[in-house]
Amino acid sequence: MSTLTEKGIKIDLQTSQDDKEALSQIKEKSVIYDTKNLDLWYGNSHALKNINLEILENEVTAIIGPSGCGKSTYIKTLNRMVELVPGVSTSGSISYKNKNILDKSIKVEDLRTQVGMVFQKPNPFPKSIYENIVYGPRIHGIKKKAILDEIVEKSLRGAAIWDEVKDRLHQNAYGLSGGQQQRICIARCLAVEPDVILMDEPTSALDPISTLKIEELMKELKKQYTIIIVTHNMQQAARISDKTVFMLNGEVVEFSETDQLFSNPSDKRTEDYITGRFG
Amino acid sequence: MAKSQAVMRQPNKINARVRINTFWKSIFFLSTLFGLFVLAILIYRVVADGMAWLDLSFLTSRLSTDPNTAGISGAILGTLWVMLVVIPVTLIVGVGTAIYLEMYAKKGFMKSIIETNIANLAGVPSIVYGLLGLTVFVRLMAFGNVVLAGGLTLSLLVLPILVVSAQEALRAVPGYLEEASYGMGATKWQTIRRIILPAAIPSILTGAILAMSRAIGETAPLTVLGIPALLIPLPGGLFDTFTALPMQIYYWTLDSSLVAEYANLAAATIIVLLVILFILNSIAIFIRNKYQQSY
Ligand SMILES: Nc1ncnc2c1ncn2[C@@H]1O[C@H](COP(=O)(O)OP(=O)(O)OP(=O)(O)O)[C@@H](O)[C@H]1O
Ligand SMILES: [Mg+2]
Repeated sequence: MSTLTEKGIKIDLQTSQDDKEALSQIKEKSVIYDTKNLDLWYGNSHALKNINLEILENEVTAIIGPSGCGKSTYIKTLNRMVELVPGVSTSGSISYKNKNILDKSIKVEDLRTQVGMVFQKPNPFPKSIYENIVYGPRIHGIKKKAILDEIVEKSLRGAAIWDEVKDRLHQNAYGLSGGQQQRICIARCLAVEPDVILMDEPTSALDPISTLKIEELMKELKKQYTIIIVTHNMQQAARISDKTVFMLNGEVVEFSETDQLFSNPSDKRTEDYITGRFG
Repeated sequence: MAKSQAVMRQPNKINARVRINTFWKSIFFLSTLFGLFVLAILIYRVVADGMAWLDLSFLTSRLSTDPNTAGISGAILGTLWVMLVVIPVTLIVGVGTAIYLEMYAKKGFMKSIIETNIANLAGVPSIVYGLLGLTVFVRLMAFGNVVLAGGLTLSLLVLPILVVSAQEALRAVPGYLEEASYGMGATKWQTIRRIILPAAIPSILTGAILAMSRAIGETAPLTVLGIPALLIPLPGGLFDTFTALPMQIYYWTLDSSLVAEYANLAAATIIVLLVILFILNSIAIFIRNKYQQSY
């Protein structure tokens, strides 16, 4: 069956130019996050300045830039976690799936169910591995043990850590290594079945081997999820991302295909930063 | 440079530093020893005076003017009844207040005013709470000098201690746990109930132990409320008059100039009070450890 359909498409492609265009239209990824004229202040300090970005579905978007340029701040506005800081104010809009999430009528609980987050420092709960994973499903009302068990296995497999922990699901997650803890956190995030995963320097506290494992994992995850990742590691951005954003002093300096940004940056400041000549 | 190096390495300089170090260590050790010493004398005195008088009939008998037949069943029962009011009231109101202040109240002028006042209340002399209880519970609400009035008065007295310590406990829960919970779409209440409270409960219990120990031994506010140490019917409910262990100790000590054995009875009662405190503490520590393990 499947070969037949493939053939069918091939024939279509060969026969009709119009169909080919139509096909590429379908393949075109849709915009999941559309940020327009976003400004953000911590009290009086202007942390994000007129950000305009279109982030596409099922891509990995990397955000790079020097310390303090606003990477974490931006990624935290995408699930409105930034509001936990008192005195934050914003203007402009971020539409997520065509709804302005900065609108106060949006329920943050809803948004954060669709947009998961992995933090810089692995932050499992001081509970068993199992309890960590089922935390999300439980708060969203899933109670049946059979379903929870299934979610646990699926999420741990999804985070490439099932084999390492399947015999110790009921031991405390604090007994794991940092890299394992971070994958538990990723699994915990997957358990809520988000569409987007935000990652704020997820490997900066990890050793190179754990880092590699998580990068491998991200390559797997991008098939199903939209990933937005902040990283200080430019090789990492180059290795795993489709698009890269370069930020500086709260502004987006450059946003383009990762290959292009690293091989042929259009802005002098980007070039200085990626070549390490940054002041 | 060579000169300063020579100075730094002079043997007598080094010896002096090490000597000063030893000196301070001894001071701190002696301070600890002093406390232990006083405590030991206290316990020795109480045990020496009271142990011989402490037997089952002392625990189960009613009050009497005859030292040989007098017992403290009424006072024990009264203290337990009062605790039955104090424990739930302080835990619910105290932890509730702390959660509101830490988790919900917006930072600002009002919050800092409230917090300063609570901290100050913790330092108000207990007799003032007695007057408050007398005015509000005994007279205004017309409870009379019953279990409920005593319990509420003592609750007010120890509430500030509990609020402050519960606030500290909540504040000590690492923010990254809270973030992780919010990040998965949890509501504030879910986060408080499932993450913050379980993590804070061990420390909250420590505060609760302190508060309860304070409440159980307080005498002054009960005197102001007019709690008797007479032969009264055993309390069986919130609206019964009662006496309490510290009241019994107080009156027996007062009257020991008339009947010398009353001093022994007071000492025996102190032992009972200490044992009750000890049991309360053990229960709290047990719950605390259990929580720390499972959480
Ligand atoms: N909670 C806060 N309150 C006030 N200012 C803040 C707060 N968090 C961040 N800022 C400020 O906002 C700016 C951007 O910070 P942000 O954390 O987004 O930077 P970053 O790019 O993530 O840096 P890093 O690479 O070091 O993580 C900085 O100037 C920082 O000082
Ligand atoms: Mg950051």
